[in-house]
Amino acid sequence: MSYEAHFKVWRGDADGGSLVDYTVTVNEGEVVLDIIHRLQATEAADLAVRWNCKAGKCGSCSAEINGRPRLMCMTRMSLLDPAEPVVVTPMRAFPVVRDLVTDVSFNYAKAREVPSFVPPAGVGPGEYRMQQEDVGRSQEFRKCIECFLCQDTCHVVRDHEENKPVFAGPRFLMRVAELDMHPLDGAAEAGIDRKRAAQEEHGLGYCNITKCCTEVCPEHIKITDNALIPLKERAVDRKYDPLVWLGSRIRRRA
Amino acid sequence: MSRTAREAWDVVVVGAGGAGLRAAIEARERGMRCAVICKSLFGKAHTVMAEGGIAASMGNVNEGDNWQVHFRDTMRGGKFLNQWRMAELHAREAPDRVWELETWGAVFDRTRDGRISQRNFGGHEYPRLAHVGDRTGLELIRTLQQKIVSLQQEDHRETGDYESRLKVFQECTVTRLLKDGDRVAGVFGYARESGRFFAIEAPSVVLATGGIGKSFKVTSNSWEYTGDGHALALLAGASLINMEFVQFHPTGMVWPPSVKGILVTESVRGDGGVLRNSDGKRFMFDYVPDVFKEKYAESEAEGDRWYQDPDNNRRPPELLPRDEVARAINSEVKAGRGSPHGGVFLDVSTRLPAEDIKRKLPSMHHQFKELADVDITAEPMEVGPTCHYVMGGVDVDPDTAAAVGVPGLFAAGEVAGGMHGSNRLGGNSLSDLLVFGRRAGLYAAEHASSFPGAGRPVVSEADLEAAEAEALRPFGVEDEAAAAAGERRAGEPGETPAGDAAGTPAENPYALHQELQQAMNDLVGIIRKGPEMEEALRRLTELRARSRRAGVEGHRQFNPGWHLALDLRNMLLVSECVARAALERTESRGGHTRDDHPAMDRRWRRLNLVCRLNGDSTEPGADPLLGRVRLERREMPPIRDDLLALFDKEELVKYLTDEELTS
Amino acid sequence: MATGTDPRSATAAGVPAQGGVHHPSRATIPARHLRADRWWLAPAVTAAGLFAFIVYSTWRAFANDDYYAAPYVSPFYSPCIAQNCVPMKGGADWHVFGAWWGLSPALLILIFPLGFRLTCYYYRKAYYRGFWASPPACAVAEPHAKYTGETRFPLILQNVHRYFFYFAVIVAGILTYDTALGFRNARGEWGHMGLGTLVFLANIALIWAYTLSCHSCRHIVGGRIRTFSKHPVRYRMWGWVSALNARHMQLAWASLISVAVADFYVYLVASGVFDDPRFF
Repeated sequence: MSYEAHFKVWRGDADGGSLVDYTVTVNEGEVVLDIIHRLQATEAADLAVRWNCKAGKCGSCSAEINGRPRLMCMTRMSLLDPAEPVVVTPMRAFPVVRDLVTDVSFNYAKAREVPSFVPPAGVGPGEYRMQQEDVGRSQEFRKCIECFLCQDTCHVVRDHEENKPVFAGPRFLMRVAELDMHPLDGAAEAGIDRKRAAQEEHGLGYCNITKCCTEVCPEHIKITDNALIPLKERAVDRKYDPLVWLGSRIRRRA
Repeated sequence: MSRTAREAWDVVVVGAGGAGLRAAIEARERGMRCAVICKSLFGKAHTVMAEGGIAASMGNVNEGDNWQVHFRDTMRGGKFLNQWRMAELHAREAPDRVWELETWGAVFDRTRDGRISQRNFGGHEYPRLAHVGDRTGLELIRTLQQKIVSLQQEDHRETGDYESRLKVFQECTVTRLLKDGDRVAGVFGYARESGRFFAIEAPSVVLATGGIGKSFKVTSNSWEYTGDGHALALLAGASLINMEFVQFHPTGMVWPPSVKGILVTESVRGDGGVLRNSDGKRFMFDYVPDVFKEKYAESEAEGDRWYQDPDNNRRPPELLPRDEVARAINSEVKAGRGSPHGGVFLDVSTRLPAEDIKRKLPSMHHQFKELADVDITAEPMEVGPTCHYVMGGVDVDPDTAAAVGVPGLFAAGEVAGGMHGSNRLGGNSLSDLLVFGRRAGLYAAEHASSFPGAGRPVVSEADLEAAEAEALRPFGVEDEAAAAAGERRAGEPGETPAGDAAGTPAENPYALHQELQQAMNDLVGIIRKGPEMEEALRRLTELRARSRRAGVEGHRQFNPGWHLALDLRNMLLVSECVARAALERTESRGGHTRDDHPAMDRRWRRLNLVCRLNGDSTEPGADPLLGRVRLERREMPPIRDDLLALFDKEELVKYLTDEELTS
Repeated sequence: MATGTDPRSATAAGVPAQGGVHHPSRATIPARHLRADRWWLAPAVTAAGLFAFIVYSTWRAFANDDYYAAPYVSPFYSPCIAQNCVPMKGGADWHVFGAWWGLSPALLILIFPLGFRLTCYYYRKAYYRGFWASPPACAVAEPHAKYTGETRFPLILQNVHRYFFYFAVIVAGILTYDTALGFRNARGEWGHMGLGTLVFLANIALIWAYTLSCHSCRHIVGGRIRTFSKHPVRYRMWGWVSALNARHMQLAWASLISVAVADFYVYLVASGVFDDPRFF
C-alpha cells in the first residue's frame, strides 16, 4: 500500500535555510529515515543526515518530526497522517551544520566535565561483587544511547542559549546519578562529592522537572523520576536537611 | 603544494568501535600520543549492535569452564580453519579483558553471588557470555568511551588540555594509508562535516574499521561497514585472508522491508526461543550435521530439559553454530515451508512468561514492538538469514596484530582475519575486539616508540596530492559531464580530469551501490555456485568501470553522495576479494557454502586463500584497473601439539587429513 | 581541522541575537515550534483543574462554616487548632491557638497540605507548565527571556519538600483518625456507617497513596541507600513506594479531587442540603 507523501525538510546551513517541499513515495512498513534515504537516492543526493544502525540502538538519527524530537529510524510512517505534510527539521537546541545535521559538541564537552567512575581502592579486577538489585538503577541509566534528544528538548538550554555553560542537561545529570548509585564507585573516598558537583557544577537546580526529557527518551528511561529527582533529593540530603547533617555529624564524632 | 592540514601523532587508530577504542586506550596508557579517527560520532560505532554478550571463560556460572574449553569451542565453530594461536590467545586473555571493563565502570548483569552473570550461546559448551540484558555491545562501547574520557580528564589535569595525548577525530573518513617506502607513515582523509582534507603522520596505524556488510543487500550492518580497512590495507600492500567466509546470521528481521536484515539476537534462542517452520515443526532437529551429532539433543524433550539441567542433557539444535542454523533456515524457506514474508518463525512467546521475556530480552521486545508492531511475548517473530560478519580480513601476526608485509600497520577486530576461521561463534567478536584491540594498541605503541624523533617515516607531498585528487574525483565527473553537454557549471577546482568519463553522463553512486548489493546478495550470498560467482565477477568489473564515473552534485560540506562515491572503491575491491576467494575454494565450510561442492574437504582445511592487489595499482590516483586482486594459496602452520591434544582423536579425524594426524 | 568540536560563529545569520531556538547558530526556522498536535491541551486542562481547585478551596477555607457534621469533619479543617473551632466530639480539635485568632481555623492547618502539594515534584511540573509556560509543552518555546530554574530564591525553597512530607504524614494520620470517627453515629456511638464514611474511606486511601508515593518518601524509605542488598527490608519498601510513585500524577489528581469531594460532602450535610444516608 504505497502512497505519495508530502515532506517538508529543512535544508540549509549555519548561514540560513528553509523548509523545502518534496513529494515522495512511502511504502508499507517504512519509517521516516527510509523516506529521507529515498530522497537522497532520488532527488537530493547531498541531503545531509546522520544515521547508523537504523534500529534505534545507536542514537544517531535524532531530528524533529512535526516539531517533536524523535529518532527518524523509530518513527513509523504509519503513525503519521498521510494527508498532512511531514515536517522534518534538525534538532533546534544545537547549532546547525547542514540540513538535518547539528553540531552536538556541547554534549561531548559536558561529558568530560563529569568525573569518571572511580575504581574502589583495594578491589582488583575480577574481585568485584555486586548484587543484581544494587546495579539495577545504574543499569537503567546505562541503557542511554546518547541520542541527545533529552538535551535537545530540555527548555533550560533549548530556550536559553546562555544556560549552556552552567547546565549539563538531563543526559549528564543522569550520568552523575548513575555513578552516584553505583555500588562500588569510590568517588567519595577519593574526595569527589558527586552530589555537590551535581548541584554546584552541573546545574541540577536549573532542572524544573517538567519531564520533557522523559517524554522524548527513545529508550524509555525514566530520567526525571529515577535520576533527576533522586539526585535532587540526594543534594537536599547534604545541603538542606539539618537532620541528615546533624546525624552525619554525630556519626562522625562516634 | 597540497592544501591538506597535517598533524603528527604517535599512533593513529582508524575506527572507534570496540577494537579501536581498546587499542587507543592501550597505546595511550603505554605513553604514546594517540589519535582516533571515526566516521560517525564518538560512541556510535557498530559495536553497539552486538547484543548477546562477551565470551570469556570466567566460569562464574559453570565452574567446568576454562580457556581450553573455550579454545576448543572456537576451533570447532571455525571448522579448524582458525589461526590457532589467535584462538588460543583469545581464549586465554578474554576473562582479564572483561574484568578490566568492570574497573572502568561497566555494569554487567550479576549472578546470585554477585559475580558477572554468563549466558548460554550457540556453539559454547558452557554458559560463557558476560552480558547486560541484550545490549552488551552498547555497554562495551560506552565503557570504553568513558574510559577514554577519564584518560582525557587525567591529561587535562596534567596539561590543561583534554586532547593533548588522546584525541578523537569524529566524523572523519580515511581514504588512504600513506607510506614512506615500505613503512606506514600516516593516513589521509577528509572531515565529513566540512569536507576538508587532513593528514595525520604517525609511525603506527591501527586499522579497526570493522566489516564489509554494506556490500550485501540484506545485512545487519550499518552504512559504515564499507570494508574501508580491508581496502586500505590492500591498497597499502598488505594482504587479506579468508575473505570467502562471510557469516550470515540466521536470525535477522524479514518484515517490514525497511528493517529487513536487522539482527534478532541469538540470546532469544539461548534463553529458550525455538525455530519452527510453517507446519509448526521444530525443524532444526533434522539439520544436525554429523560432526555435531553427539553434542546436540535428539528429541525436543531432551533439548527442553537442557535449559534447566545442562549437565545431564544435550543442548537443543537451535544452538548450533550460526552457519548451520542459517543454512537450515534457507533450506526450509526454499522447500516452501517458510513464513508469510519469506523467513521462518522464531518463537519465545510460548516458551517463557511475558515478564521473563521483557526482563531478559528488553531491547528485542522494544525493537519488534516499535519497528514491526509485533509483541514477541504474544506471537512468534519472523526471521531469516542476514549478512552479519566477515571472518576474513587483514593477514596479521597472531601475537602482535601487525599486518604482514607493511611495517607499522596493525589490524584488530573484524577487519583482521584468521581468528574465527571459517565461522565465528556468537560472543567471540566482542572478546576478539578487546583481546586483539589491546594487543594491537600495545604493539603499535611499541613500534612507534622505536622512532625517537628523527628517523620517523615522512609523508611525501606527492602522495598527499595524489590522495587529494582521488578524493575530489567525483566532483570532476559531474563537471565533465556538464561540460560535454555544453553547459559549464561551477565546481571544485583542482581535480584531475578523468579522460574516460568525458561525454557520458555521471553515474549515481546510490544506484551503483544498490546494484553492487544486489549482485553480491544474489550471486555470492549464503549459498554459492561456481557460474554465479563468475557472473558476479563480471558484474563487478562492469560496476568498477562505471564507478569511475560516479559523480556528485553540491559542495564538500557534509555531502553523503560524495562520501558514498568514495566508499564505492572500497566496497568493490572487497567484494572482488570475496567473490574470487569463494570461487576458488571448492568445498563448503563454515561461512562458505557451495551448492556445487557441498562437502567439507579435509585437504582444504590447511589452506588459506590470500588476496593481494595486483601489480602497480597500489599508487593512489593511478588506478584505472582498480581492484585487480590476485589470489594465492597458502598452507597454514600446523596446530601446536598441546592444543591438538585437547581434542579427541575421533573428532580430529573429521577435520584433519591423515598425514596431519600421523605427523 | 574539523573534528565536530570546532566552535561555531554565533553571529553568522542576519537574525537578531536571541536566546533560544532563534539563536543565530541554530537552524533558521521562524516558527517558535512546529508541533501540529494539540500540545496546548494538556497544560490548559492542568491549569483549569488547578484553578478550579484554588477557587473552591479558597472559598471553603475562608468560609469558616459548615465544616462539621457529626461524625464527619471536613479535611480542610482537621486538625482544628484554633479556639473558634466548633466542638467535635472525640475529634481532632485541639485549641492550641488562643482566642486572638479570629480567622478561619482552616487557614492554620491548610498551610501544610498546601505546602506539600506546592513543593510536590508532580505539581511543580504541572504549574510550571500550566501557569508559567516554562515550558508550555515539550519543544514549544517558552516566552521568558531569562530562566534560572530552581537555583534561586524563592524557587530554591522547593528543596524543603521533604519537611512538608513529614507534616503530610502527620496530617494523613489525623485524617485517618477522622475517618475512623466516621464509624460512629452523630451521638458518638461506635459501629455505625453512612455514605460519608465511604467518601472518607476513599479519600483517606487516596491521601495515603498520594503521600506515600511522594518522591521524597521514596528517597527516605530507600532511595538514598547505595547497596540495597544490605537493607532488604528497606529495599522491599522502596519497591512498593516506587510502584506507587510511578502513579504519582494520577494519585495527585485523584486525591485532590477526593479531598474536595469529602469537604463538599461535609458542607452539603452540614448546611442541611441533605442528610447523610446511614447504612447501620
